[in-house]
Amino acid sequence: MSSFPEDLKYAPSHEWVRIEADGSVVMGISDHAQELLGDIVFVELPTEGAQVTAKAEMSVVESVKAASDIYAPVSGTIVEVNQALLDSPETVNTSPYGDGWFCRIKPSDAAELDALLDADAYAKICE
Amino acid sequence: MGQRTPLYQQHLIAGAKIVDFGGWDMPIQYQSLIEEHHAVRQHAGVFDVSHMTVVDIGGAQAKDWLRYLLANDVDKLTEPGRALYSAMLNDNGGVVDDLIVYTMSEGYRLVVNCGTREKDLRWMHTKAEGFDVSIVERPELAILAVHGPESISRVCALLSPERAAAVESLGNFRALESEDWFIARTGYTGERGLELIVPNADAPALWDALLESGVKPIGLGARDTLRLEAGMNLYGHDMDEQVSPLAANMAQTISWEPSDRQFVGRAAVEQHKIDQSAGKLPILTGLVLEERGVLREGLRVVCEVDGQEREGVITSGSFSPTLKHSIALARIPAGSSACRVDIRGKLTPVRIVKPNFVRFGKKVFE
Repeated sequence: MSSFPEDLKYAPSHEWVRIEADGSVVMGISDHAQELLGDIVFVELPTEGAQVTAKAEMSVVESVKAASDIYAPVSGTIVEVNQALLDSPETVNTSPYGDGWFCRIKPSDAAELDALLDADAYAKICE
Repeated sequence: MGQRTPLYQQHLIAGAKIVDFGGWDMPIQYQSLIEEHHAVRQHAGVFDVSHMTVVDIGGAQAKDWLRYLLANDVDKLTEPGRALYSAMLNDNGGVVDDLIVYTMSEGYRLVVNCGTREKDLRWMHTKAEGFDVSIVERPELAILAVHGPESISRVCALLSPERAAAVESLGNFRALESEDWFIARTGYTGERGLELIVPNADAPALWDALLESGVKPIGLGARDTLRLEAGMNLYGHDMDEQVSPLAANMAQTISWEPSDRQFVGRAAVEQHKIDQSAGKLPILTGLVLEERGVLREGLRVVCEVDGQEREGVITSGSFSPTLKHSIALARIPAGSSACRVDIRGKLTPVRIVKPNFVRFGKKVFE
């Protein structure tokens, strides 16, 4: 069964975000998403400093089965990316909410965070 | 609910993710496709392929009929226990299906694809008119494919000493009938291995014993990556009724001699041969992408032929777990010197190689 940690917020397109003390957000893809994709073999990450727009394509994940676009959960600036995924993309499968994080975003519009789903609401759309 | 093989409960117990496959509820993977793939390349794995169709051919004219029905020539099968891979062509020289034919102590056994079962049987019956043959489907038989460097020893450890000795001495593409079991050294992975065709009632205990002995259950997902690494065609993807076997890397499976053997589709493929000599028939080739990215079925291939830009298409593509980069089969114009694949709008250069990537766990192309 997929897990849906309570302390995270979720986009309907299967990304999660964790709001950090400094106001930045860390994001990745949900356990449910990695289960659907199966073994992940490549992760294409955005570059640090890039501007992303909520609900717009931000990166691509390739599993053995399919390529899948990853959408920015919020608008803002990429301030850090998880370079370790370039060499160990399988970390997204084994630890989607931990070491398999994608990047850190400095949000430009805090109101977008409120529009994201809580764990219960996200779990419902995954049923 | 789709049709289920006698191993359906075994799949659930092993934690399978079940998908619909040609009307059958089949395991696509258990835990990890990549780990299953490596288990077959490095140790041993078992696949349930009972959804495939077993058809036994008997009657006084069984041999004459198969020499007419199939593009390969069963006359090469000089004794019981031999196997041959063949295309079954239509009158236009397109591929109705690909199959394995075995010689039995009496008659022949065909194993054809599950997705083509109905049309294959219809085609066989149509083409059997005027021949003294019997075409008997065997749904009461299950097929377990056990493949990998340790597969034969693992299977033999479970058999009676007599049966084990007979299996150990089997050469590649050889088979034996042992009471109501049929055991063949054939497969779809590029590794050593066996296909065991057994009564449905025997299948669950055989499966359980294999798993207990350390053989891993392998889903259809890894079956696809394994066969692609081995450069083996998948019907409906790399060839179909619109494609000549000569444009599907199957030329070696057509028996042109004796020249007076009239097999179905012969006149058409003879014309394809002429077209091929004139460079007018496309080829099925291997493509390799050593950078990041995955070649997928259906992607457009932009090729260079004599300085002109021409197009081809990927017919099967995936990430290769053994090579750790992407490989594909693609149908491209003959004489293509350079190819680029359109991956999400970006033309990415790929290498053209022989359509055979991995055998016995090792990379085989230059």
